[in-house]
Amino acid sequence: MATSSATASPLPQDRFLGMKITPITRRRLHNFKANRRGFWSLWIFLILFTLSLFAEFIANDKPLLVRYDGNFYAPVFTVYPETTFGGEFETQADYRDPFVQDLINEKGWMVWPPIRYSYRTINYNLSVPAPAPPSTENWLGTDDQGRDVVARLIYGFRISILFGLTLTILSSIVGIAAGAVQGYFGGTTDLLFQRFIEVWSGLPTLYLLIILASVVEPNFWWLLGLLLLFSWMSLVGVVRAEFLRARNFDYVRAARALGAGDALIMFRHVLPNAMVATLTFMPFILNGSITTLTALDFLGFGLPPGSPSLGELLAQGKANLQAPWLGLTAFFTLAIMLSLLIFIGEAVRDAFDPRKTVGPLPGTGSALKPSARPVAKKAAAE
Amino acid sequence: MSELLSVRDLSVDFRLSGSTMHAVKSVSFDIKPGETMALVGESGSGKSVTALSILQLLPYPVADHPGGSIRFKGTELVGADEKTLREVRGDRISMIFQEPMTSLNPLHSIEKQINETLFLHKGLTRSAARKRTLELLRLVGLPEAEKRLAAYPHELSGGQRQRVMIAMALANEPDLLIADEPTTALDVTIQAQILELLKDLQRRFGMALLLITHDLGIVRKMADHVCVMNHGEIVEKGTNAALFAGPKHPYTQRLLAAEPKGNPAPPPANAADVMTARDIKVHFPIKKGLLRRTVDYVRAVDGIDVTVREGHTVGVVGESGSGKTTLGLALLRLHASQGAIRFDGKDIQGWQSAKMRPLRREMQVVFQDPYGSLSPRLSVAQIIGEGLKIHGIGSGKEREAMIAKSLEEVGLDPSSRNRYPHEFSGGQRQRIAIARAMVLKPRFVVLDEPTSALDMSVQAQIVDLLRDLQVRHNLAYLFISHDLKVVRALSNDVLVMKDGKVVESGPTRQIFEAPQQAYTRALIAAALNLVAVKTGDVRM
Repeated sequence: MATSSATASPLPQDRFLGMKITPITRRRLHNFKANRRGFWSLWIFLILFTLSLFAEFIANDKPLLVRYDGNFYAPVFTVYPETTFGGEFETQADYRDPFVQDLINEKGWMVWPPIRYSYRTINYNLSVPAPAPPSTENWLGTDDQGRDVVARLIYGFRISILFGLTLTILSSIVGIAAGAVQGYFGGTTDLLFQRFIEVWSGLPTLYLLIILASVVEPNFWWLLGLLLLFSWMSLVGVVRAEFLRARNFDYVRAARALGAGDALIMFRHVLPNAMVATLTFMPFILNGSITTLTALDFLGFGLPPGSPSLGELLAQGKANLQAPWLGLTAFFTLAIMLSLLIFIGEAVRDAFDPRKTVGPLPGTGSALKPSARPVAKKAAAE
Repeated sequence: MSELLSVRDLSVDFRLSGSTMHAVKSVSFDIKPGETMALVGESGSGKSVTALSILQLLPYPVADHPGGSIRFKGTELVGADEKTLREVRGDRISMIFQEPMTSLNPLHSIEKQINETLFLHKGLTRSAARKRTLELLRLVGLPEAEKRLAAYPHELSGGQRQRVMIAMALANEPDLLIADEPTTALDVTIQAQILELLKDLQRRFGMALLLITHDLGIVRKMADHVCVMNHGEIVEKGTNAALFAGPKHPYTQRLLAAEPKGNPAPPPANAADVMTARDIKVHFPIKKGLLRRTVDYVRAVDGIDVTVREGHTVGVVGESGSGKTTLGLALLRLHASQGAIRFDGKDIQGWQSAKMRPLRREMQVVFQDPYGSLSPRLSVAQIIGEGLKIHGIGSGKEREAMIAKSLEEVGLDPSSRNRYPHEFSGGQRQRIAIARAMVLKPRFVVLDEPTSALDMSVQAQIVDLLRDLQVRHNLAYLFISHDLKVVRALSNDVLVMKDGKVVESGPTRQIFEAPQQAYTRALIAAALNLVAVKTGDVRM
């Protein structure tokens, strides 16, 4: 009964980035792109994130390339003693030292990254006491230990995102597995697991972190592990509900009649349903993870002292109200980063919304039937 | 006599994502006071959309009327303002919907819901409205109406809910009642009662009835005039007698010829027993009290014997809730049960799932809802090939060939195997589901209402296909259905179930021609002749 839609058999674009995709996936990509704000946010975020992955090439206290006495040196990758360049010490060359710079420039040249500070480089050459205000040398000023804010920002952004992503992915894996088992088997398994989660979620995370901080020096992995102990529960509810619903579907029953085992049914037939809810939640969990790390750093229970982190920058901003560039920088970075992720999350949510069709789908018969029944069925089929 | 409702050149377009779909194209018909007009057509023919546009209930502005007029007692309804429409809706024209489960608000009592229309249109006081509501509930034959006033929809059965819906629709004595598939979701015996009720009420109030249905049996019994719709157009209209006696349009002829006909294939002589079950019981405990002690059981299946032989079909008939599906699942060991189940001479009751797995390829199942039984994220080839993969049958190439062959066998184009279920119609999906079962070369197949979600013309094709496959592969079928016409066309033996017990069983011919039990007689009368038989056996 649809006029514009012919049979949609050999579709023009059933490939995306070289991968074979289903018509459902194509519709989702289309919906995602239709949310302009989210689409652009994704690009901006990806560019920023990719750039920050190469932070060592953007902000570093070592040159990218050194030409000295007819030879090339790459101090970013290799440690060279000062003696290599005709200095006196066996220790690593300090390329910011005017003496070493003169030595190298005498017999060659250096290519510096755009920002000549690493996250832990202290600028001893400040004309005012630290924290120094923005200048041509330190674009966003320095913090109260004389370290360049831009450099710390780039490294801090990277560690926040990496931490957030790792925590999100790991807690999703654990959460999906736990929710799947609960929802699929139901009954006593479900009951016991649910009670366990209720008890577990009652444990005070912050106290555990404080106790941990007094026993070991918390690093990236310690924090990740400890936060993972509690963060996996956020997805369990959604996944469990999806599995509880889907295990009574006829196609699950049909698979059982075919002789499929529980693991196969869970993985192949039910999990794809749950993935919709999961993927919709993911950007928001990512945001939550980033905020958690920032909060811990702000309170001083996070990454070890000296690590570049946005939370630490915020704490410095609070301690140095006379230096507003610290607080403002941290605030804007966090605000922009979290907003970008929320916008992406909204676009993902649109993409997975079965009722949403925005604009014509290229080359498909997307005409829905008008009466309520087929639409409901379509929704159920998604 | 002047027309009560006159629809002229009505068109409905739906604008969806840039494309326009013409759901209804230039439809015209008239309804006179007191007469019954039936709109017949298969799903997607635009009959419901036509009915909804009379009350202007379509999702505007997605829906749009490019042309046409609907005049009710001389008032134009297309594009009328909200005030005019509100005066007509629920007062002069009422509507009842297909799904009695969802068309009543689950959070309001029956009394409150019926009162609402009385408050809105009649401005009655509370006590007056209560009196009127009680009167209406008695009128539609709700038993113990007084007690039911405070009941909530979930406390009523499907048929009772539909009666409440009708009471609501009649509250203001409308001139026209639109009934959109009023009995499709109901059991056959209830269906007959509801139709009789509608007819009776129509006589009493002298109202006109616009009946929307896909069931030609209902049309033949109820309608004065019939309009046959196909692809948004009325292809034929005429009086009931004229249309059924001599259909002119080829589509109408096809529709009339589409009723499942024929007889089951003669079974092979001295066929071996494939599935024998003795005293099958499935009981669900009812737990009560603080300690959740089991106080009683819901006896879904209560001591049933059944034997299915090679090349034979055993039909299981009964109304919803009679335990037919549970019996089928219990035989396949997909549902825990008690009693002896012998498959191919082996007592398989209590076998672990790993031990069952090799047998799974020999016993298969086809489900009712072709929309729900195919995983929406797998392609057709993956769906059909899954069983082959699980049982390690064939290499990749051989599997591909087997999938193609099974698609061909069920009448689908093998080149469509890389498509996804949502690209297929209901009938095609059911063929895919059948192909998934057949590709494993099973010996015993449980068919759980395989035709009831399909259009009439498609039903007949599926019945033919199943019969054909049975003869070719000497299959044993357990055919579960509430549709007696289909059962008659396919089964050698019939088992009539009620509340988990067998009421009557025997060869199909004997059951249909000389039913021994009152319940069987009522069921057959209701299903084949749409006659409500008043016996204690049939629930309200």
